Amino acid sequence: MPFIPHTDADVAEMLDAIGAGNIDELFDEIPPALRAGGLDGIPSGLTEMEVSRLMQGRARADGQPLCFIGAGAYEHHIPAAVWQITTRGEFYSAYTPYQAEASQGTLQVVYEFQSMMTALTGLDVSNASLYDGASALAEAILMAVRANRKSNSKRVLLPRNLHPAYRRTIRGLVGNQGIELVEVPFDSTTGQTPVARFDAAAAGGDFAAAVIAQPNFFGALEDVDAITDWAHARNTLVIGVVNPVALAVLSPPGDWGETGADIACGEGQPLGMPLASGGPYLGFLTCKQGYVRQIPGRIAGKTLDAEGKVGYTLTLQAREQHIRRSKATSNICTNQGLLVTAATIHMAILGAEGLERVAASCHANTRRLGELLCEIPGVEPVFDGPIFHEQALRLPSASTEVLGKLAEQDILGGFDLGGDYPELAPAILICATELRTEEEMLAFRDQLAAILSNA
Amino acid sequence: MLIQEQSRPGRAATAQAPQHMADLSDLPSGLRRRKRAALPEVSELQAVRHYTRLSQKNFSIDTQFYPLGSCTMKYNPRACNSLASLPGFLARHPAAPASHSQGIMACLHELQDILKIVTGMHAVSLAPAAGAQGELAGVMMIRAYHDARGDHERLEILVPDAAHGTNPASAIMAGFEVREIPTGNNGDVDIAALRDAVGPRTAGIMLTNPSTVGVFDRNIQAIAETVHEAGGLLYYDGANLNAILGKVRPGDMGFDVIHMNLHKTFSTPHGGGGPGAGPVGVSKRLEPFLPVPLVVKDGQQYRWQVEPDRPESIGRMTAFGGNMGILLRAYIYARMLGADGMRRVSEYATLNANYLMARLQEAGFTAAYPERRASHEFIITLKPEAKAFGTNAMDFAKRLLDYGFHAPTTYFPLLVPECLLIEPTESEAKEDLDGFVEAMIKTRAEAEQAPETLKQAPHSLPVRRLDDVRAARHLDVAWKADETGEDAA
Repeated sequence: MPFIPHTDADVAEMLDAIGAGNIDELFDEIPPALRAGGLDGIPSGLTEMEVSRLMQGRARADGQPLCFIGAGAYEHHIPAAVWQITTRGEFYSAYTPYQAEASQGTLQVVYEFQSMMTALTGLDVSNASLYDGASALAEAILMAVRANRKSNSKRVLLPRNLHPAYRRTIRGLVGNQGIELVEVPFDSTTGQTPVARFDAAAAGGDFAAAVIAQPNFFGALEDVDAITDWAHARNTLVIGVVNPVALAVLSPPGDWGETGADIACGEGQPLGMPLASGGPYLGFLTCKQGYVRQIPGRIAGKTLDAEGKVGYTLTLQAREQHIRRSKATSNICTNQGLLVTAATIHMAILGAEGLERVAASCHANTRRLGELLCEIPGVEPVFDGPIFHEQALRLPSASTEVLGKLAEQDILGGFDLGGDYPELAPAILICATELRTEEEMLAFRDQLAAILSNA
Repeated sequence: MLIQEQSRPGRAATAQAPQHMADLSDLPSGLRRRKRAALPEVSELQAVRHYTRLSQKNFSIDTQFYPLGSCTMKYNPRACNSLASLPGFLARHPAAPASHSQGIMACLHELQDILKIVTGMHAVSLAPAAGAQGELAGVMMIRAYHDARGDHERLEILVPDAAHGTNPASAIMAGFEVREIPTGNNGDVDIAALRDAVGPRTAGIMLTNPSTVGVFDRNIQAIAETVHEAGGLLYYDGANLNAILGKVRPGDMGFDVIHMNLHKTFSTPHGGGGPGAGPVGVSKRLEPFLPVPLVVKDGQQYRWQVEPDRPESIGRMTAFGGNMGILLRAYIYARMLGADGMRRVSEYATLNANYLMARLQEAGFTAAYPERRASHEFIITLKPEAKAFGTNAMDFAKRLLDYGFHAPTTYFPLLVPECLLIEPTESEAKEDLDGFVEAMIKTRAEAEQAPETLKQAPHSLPVRRLDDVRAARHLDVAWKADETGEDAA
């Protein structure tokens, strides 16, 4: 029996101790009419050998195309040590560290993670992760509405050049709590959302928070200082949505404007997580000290044991659902603990300089790729403002068909922008991380040129 | 010592980053970072040694018996990890086209079907990233259902007092009010109180069955009838699905919507707090509201269904459709078990729980519901021991750690005083259960003869009992670069 150790003799002895004739008797409190039938349609069990063959075939079927898509998930180098240590059974098969003395490994990792995320974002407090970048932003919005004592508004300004999947996700997650998301259009020349656009969208009204994506979905860089100061001047909290690798070179949210953003959040995937079809990743959330009691999710804190020795434990649990139930700051329980472990080891190994080199290489590669592709007649940048790490390019013919033909050559040539931004079509969003070589970029250019010349 | 405290300026794991710093001069200087973040500067070996040593400070299923009630800490087969980590799966970008996704979509489509069959539901979405997000998706669908019918006054969700804290918290997040229903003395929901509570404001009830007190609610059909007659829907919290897998199906009990914790019943790792996966299953009338994406099969081709395909959907729970790597692990586990293996899960989990309860009762411990069958878990109340020896459930829990057993869940559910909620799971051998009984007996003997031994426990772990109050009063949740190493452990 797979994963069940009982021998017949064990079962007999155990039933004897219980005083039952057979295992089925143990279910005798369940009304007989409810007992399940045959489970038709569930295949019979496979051995590890058989399931390995099946899964290898399935994995092979998806191939390993050359990837030039970013759009919120980035293919970076991950040091071999990261996942070898992360999948040690002691990390992999432990539960949430509720028994702190038996979970010092996990708890110290979380404390180190929180320290690294506060350092990267330039803010004071971090939680121990949320599900992903989009759900982290939803929680950040709920948190900002609770935390903003100077505004009674439940309205939040949301730039249209924020990741479209994030916008869709938060709409569902915060909509039921009466929060109104007001979309701020972007400048069609630069791809940015300048202060004037925020100001026009706000129209003098009261807003609990304004969201700034840096870089935004198009890779364009926002004037974060000006937007932050504009928002603070009207008692609106600032939520920065940031890429943690980009923060190695870009100004951290804590430094934005005169007093810094109030909350930062985003997708932790670039910190050691494989693309893996979209998850598991990790959402991070950091904030200024003053909002610590409004943070959703777990937090590890430092303390002392009975002999005065340093140890770590989950703290401020009175915010959480298992204590506060309906009055909790969020319903989150299980978070992305194992990914926190991976991210922490990843950041420890790379360090600030390593991350800076990664960020710089991604940026240089994307710029190089953009230049190469723009050599092709009809291909040109959609926007003329500063970019980081991603670039929107206009194509001379329908992007869906072009991307499909590239995929036939095992090249994923970018994210099709036309679906979410029909006014930009035909356009794609490209990205070349530090993993992409000059040869790979040249191959992309040549394939694209060939496809377009036949179009 | 923290990794940050081992940092030395100029040290680096240089094999892991690009060899050269690429040119960034095109970035506007006002947008550049002025000072490097205070991340550790250590060698690769230092990092490897540090985190390997930290791992050794954890209890885990791979190293200890971990009978944590309501958490289903069973063996996480290693094949599930290595096969979900095949290069083709790890390298796939979430926006990869269907032409490069047929392998994973086949797995997900089959997983949807398997979960549908084993729970008796009409349709399944794999989107929610964890149990609590599954709950949220579930109650959001209940809300969408009533709204679609123009039934806007149904704003109240009923939750038994023994429910997981996530239930009321999820209902609030979906914009509902919460009304608690008491549990009767026999562990079943107080059906008279339920009948008084239902009415035109009832949106639904969130139930765990078997409940968190470790018994199967025998009145489930009457509960379903009562709530349905009042116009409400039934939500099934799948936290305890391990107890009935393949034996009883929530769909047959009358539930309209359920979530499953794949990190419990389908044995994906808990990872020190996650990731999980919390797929939701629904009856026919709730199908239009399922969260996206879903995988459908057109002829021989699989494709995603997203927002435009499902206009009534409650939407998406995460940006990229869920914890795919966890779903793959659950799929692999399900394929290794097959239908028979799934039934065996609940049979042997229930056998282990009832055996352990019988042995502990025989040893003189007090079961909270002695007249009831245990499901896959049961409650021991240490109230008599607390009265006689002045030691509480937490003292017992901490002393068990010294004996090499992870403690059961303590002080949950709140309605049983000084409780231990014990869930042995099916993957533990009889010897391990016997060893746990011995440790409980020894601990009680110590409580009688030397209660301080318990009150000061643990004695043999990396730290002694930690001061939780201090952690909250002297809040220190991040190392700061200007701190000295004075508190290096």
